Amino acid sequence: MIEWQWGLVWELAPRFVDATGKTLFAAGGGYGIAVVLGLVFLAMQRVPLPAVRVATREFVELIRSTPLLLQIFFVYYVGPQFGLILAPWTAGLIAIGVHYGAYLSEVYRGGIESVPKGQWEAARAINLPTVTAYRRIVLPQALPPAIAGMGNYLVGIFKDTPMLSVIGVAELMHTATTIGAESYRYLEPYTMVGAIFLAISLPAAFCVNAFEKWVRRKLGMAK
Amino acid sequence: MAYLDFLQTHGDRLIDGTVVTVFQFFLATAVAVSVALLFGLMRLSQNLAIRSVAVGYIEIFRGTSLLVQLFWIFFVLPLFGINLDKFLAGFLAVGLNMGAYGAELVRGAILAVPRGQWEAAVALNMPRSRRMWRIVLPQAFLIMLPPWGNLVIEILKGTALVALISVTDLMFEVRQINIATFKAVEAFGTAILVYYAMARLFVTPCMRALERAMARKTGKA
Repeated sequence: MIEWQWGLVWELAPRFVDATGKTLFAAGGGYGIAVVLGLVFLAMQRVPLPAVRVATREFVELIRSTPLLLQIFFVYYVGPQFGLILAPWTAGLIAIGVHYGAYLSEVYRGGIESVPKGQWEAARAINLPTVTAYRRIVLPQALPPAIAGMGNYLVGIFKDTPMLSVIGVAELMHTATTIGAESYRYLEPYTMVGAIFLAISLPAAFCVNAFEKWVRRKLGMAK
Repeated sequence: MAYLDFLQTHGDRLIDGTVVTVFQFFLATAVAVSVALLFGLMRLSQNLAIRSVAVGYIEIFRGTSLLVQLFWIFFVLPLFGINLDKFLAGFLAVGLNMGAYGAELVRGAILAVPRGQWEAAVALNMPRSRRMWRIVLPQAFLIMLPPWGNLVIEILKGTALVALISVTDLMFEVRQINIATFKAVEAFGTAILVYYAMARLFVTPCMRALERAMARKTGKA
């Protein structure tokens, strides 16, 4: 049996504060890439070239149904084979950004497809230009369902950042493992990482929910 | 062709790894389904204590990362005298984590069964347990199958993490091959294709078939 040492917790606290910052940065950076890539994947599934559409569709499915861990290794180790060396941070952000970009493109698609067909037809009937139809009619209605999904994946990307530790990104998990190797103490570091994740993801999930409700009310779509 | 040589040299290891991944996947799915059913039902209990346990479990496992849970189970539990074999710790962690997500699917699906079905069962004077097993759960099962299809894919992907506690699954083997040969594209690329084939050609069709079978059974086909 082993004793929980509060002294060690306080001693390790500054390193974990630093690592929490890096974890949040990784999640934020990865999410930024994913939001943009998601739009790109979505647009590529709507171009008039069937070959591009099918290829993008298949790529999105491939990304969504294979492990993120494997994709992180792939991005990190494939570069050097062709003489292109990526820093762990760069490779990690690319991998996590592409992975969640694929998920977000599905979220966007679901949002747009949830807009009733009649809304499109009405916009066409009153002769609205396509851009205006998107901006004024479709997107405002596609937004609330998409926001729920986008928020969930924001929390999701945060919870997946520990996988970046495998290529040496010094986020929370990596810090805990390093401390474990230095001090042979595993109880406090790993438990602290768990507690930090819980302390951030629970309020974040709550805020996402509240935000979604607020947007619905704002757009007059109270359920 | 260079790639065929690669497959010939490392084929045995890739197949061994795939077999371990398949075992981990089935065991983790079994754990996840049991956990989801148990905690999903507990979450709906009228007893506050039971409900709180379920909420606590679900929030803790959904609020922290799978990797954190895996390392906690494998590195920290032994300090309390609970030594789990890495193979067991692997699928247990994946199953416990995904089960927490599944529990919410179970809860949502049970609540989505139309009110009239509950009332009809009460009117027929069915005992509570039979009302649940014979009337509510079969219909809830049909409702929750499509989201479970996604969750099962997540379980398959989740099993890749067990490589980090040295379970010799596909992920572990291709990592070893990459370290030995520096052929990252071949090693990791092959693994990506194997995972994709498993998800697309096995898991998804199976879930679809199950959905159809259940729809027929409950007369909704």
